[in-house]
Amino acid sequence: MARQPKKKNEVETTGHEWDGIEEYNNPLPRWWLWIFYACIVWGIWYTIAYPAWPMVQGATQGYLGWSTRANVAEEIATAEAANSEINERLASVELTAIADDPELAGYARSAGEAVFKTWCAQCHGSGAAGAKGYPNLQDDAWLWGGTMEDIHYSIAHGIRNEDDPDARYSEMPAFGDILEEPQIEQVVNYVMSMSPAYEPQDASLVSAGEEVYLDNCAACHGDDGKGDIFQGAPNLTDAIWLYGGDYETVKETVMNSRFGVMPPMGGAQLTEAKIRAVTTYVHQLGGGE
Amino acid sequence: MSILEKHKILEKNITLLSIFAFLVVTIGGIVQIAPLFWLENTIEDVEGMRPYTPLELTGRDIYVREGCYVCHSQMVRPMRDEVERYGHYSLAAESQYDHPFQWGSKRTGPDLARVGGRYSDEWHVDHMRDPQSVVPESVMPKYGFLENRMIEPTYIADLLKTHSLIGVPYTEEMIENAAADFEAQIDPFGDYDGLIERYGEKVNVRNFDGQPGISEADALIAYLQMLGTLVDFSTFTPVASR
Repeated sequence: MARQPKKKNEVETTGHEWDGIEEYNNPLPRWWLWIFYACIVWGIWYTIAYPAWPMVQGATQGYLGWSTRANVAEEIATAEAANSEINERLASVELTAIADDPELAGYARSAGEAVFKTWCAQCHGSGAAGAKGYPNLQDDAWLWGGTMEDIHYSIAHGIRNEDDPDARYSEMPAFGDILEEPQIEQVVNYVMSMSPAYEPQDASLVSAGEEVYLDNCAACHGDDGKGDIFQGAPNLTDAIWLYGGDYETVKETVMNSRFGVMPPMGGAQLTEAKIRAVTTYVHQLGGGE
Repeated sequence: MSILEKHKILEKNITLLSIFAFLVVTIGGIVQIAPLFWLENTIEDVEGMRPYTPLELTGRDIYVREGCYVCHSQMVRPMRDEVERYGHYSLAAESQYDHPFQWGSKRTGPDLARVGGRYSDEWHVDHMRDPQSVVPESVMPKYGFLENRMIEPTYIADLLKTHSLIGVPYTEEMIENAAADFEAQIDPFGDYDGLIERYGEKVNVRNFDGQPGISEADALIAYLQMLGTLVDFSTFTPVASR
């Protein structure tokens, strides 16, 4: 495409000369020149078509009326409209009836998984296996109950947070201020003797510990140690320990108590349909009652 | 003598070239920058914005010092995927009291513009101490040492004064009470009425790291827990032309 440069003597020089070196004044290649002009024209068009020039009162809006905010609002509206029918259905049926409708249940599971990965995985783990202090959602142990209604309430209102007045609430006293050191050692041994996962550190203290337990702990954790989901009191007779069931950790728990907080997902965070979707997802992970 | 011939004069005189180059850059700069100071549609007033409390401002300085912005952005862009994940897209007004702003440019970790209230304080403590204990996939380094670095509000009034010099509306009263407000925010059993009166109902008053004393972790968590929570988006109507 480019025209062949002319040979020496056929083309003028620019007139510059440095130490005997001269520069030919060959024209720019045509294809390059036209693209260059086209870019200038396109650039002018672009500033007219899109918001660009700052004027006295405000920048020009551009005749195409382009707006990032309008675009994102439209995209969200389109996605919501596409799911609005099933979302409405999900938000209005009985919680327990979701599982009976295969289409609804399938939708809730996949939508719920997406919600879980965005909002829940940071604490409960991407596979819902939990971490120390953040409950595993796959097993059968539920601090606040594992029915659809229980899970839904926990997600919507959260636990022990200050943002939602209806949040689930309970507070274990710090027994370090209430009991004497030997009593704490006794009760820790008794608690360990209840769990199949641990042996008490000092079996001779177990029977004395039982008395301390019945006086101080049984009101919430039950005489049999099976816990109470209405107070979020964990079952102490299983092998599942939220913070750890070894001697040191149980002792720390008894001395200082624990105060696990879960933020509410209702209100500004998630829509009712999304809460129900993630409830369904959590419920079907394995432990749902 | 054509204008192009005259151009030679500039090309051959370094002083003249510098002067004219400076003039050209100045004009370009004025055209780009000056309108931002008066154009109405670059400055959007939003209800709910307030200056940072002394403790939050200290936490923000720790955030900057530790280079959190290198991996975390603080700007939810107006795109559906981001809005779905992080919440309402960020408004310019939400960083109007940030000097410098923390929009960032790299997301090795997630955006933090709306992290406030999303996790519990305890989660933040666990996560700073050992990020992998709660998010095994994370590559974030450990920041447990922040818990052991106790801080005093020695220079906090000066810090507020400096921010007020560059336009943050800290009142005389806020600056006078800076040290008291700094300490009040950490003690839910103390007297924090003045703090609430000066900075509003939405101020979190808690012992953020759950341990006695005011540590850098307290300040940082206080800052993180208020990020993106000031504007009530249920009452906010976006103007499309911005």
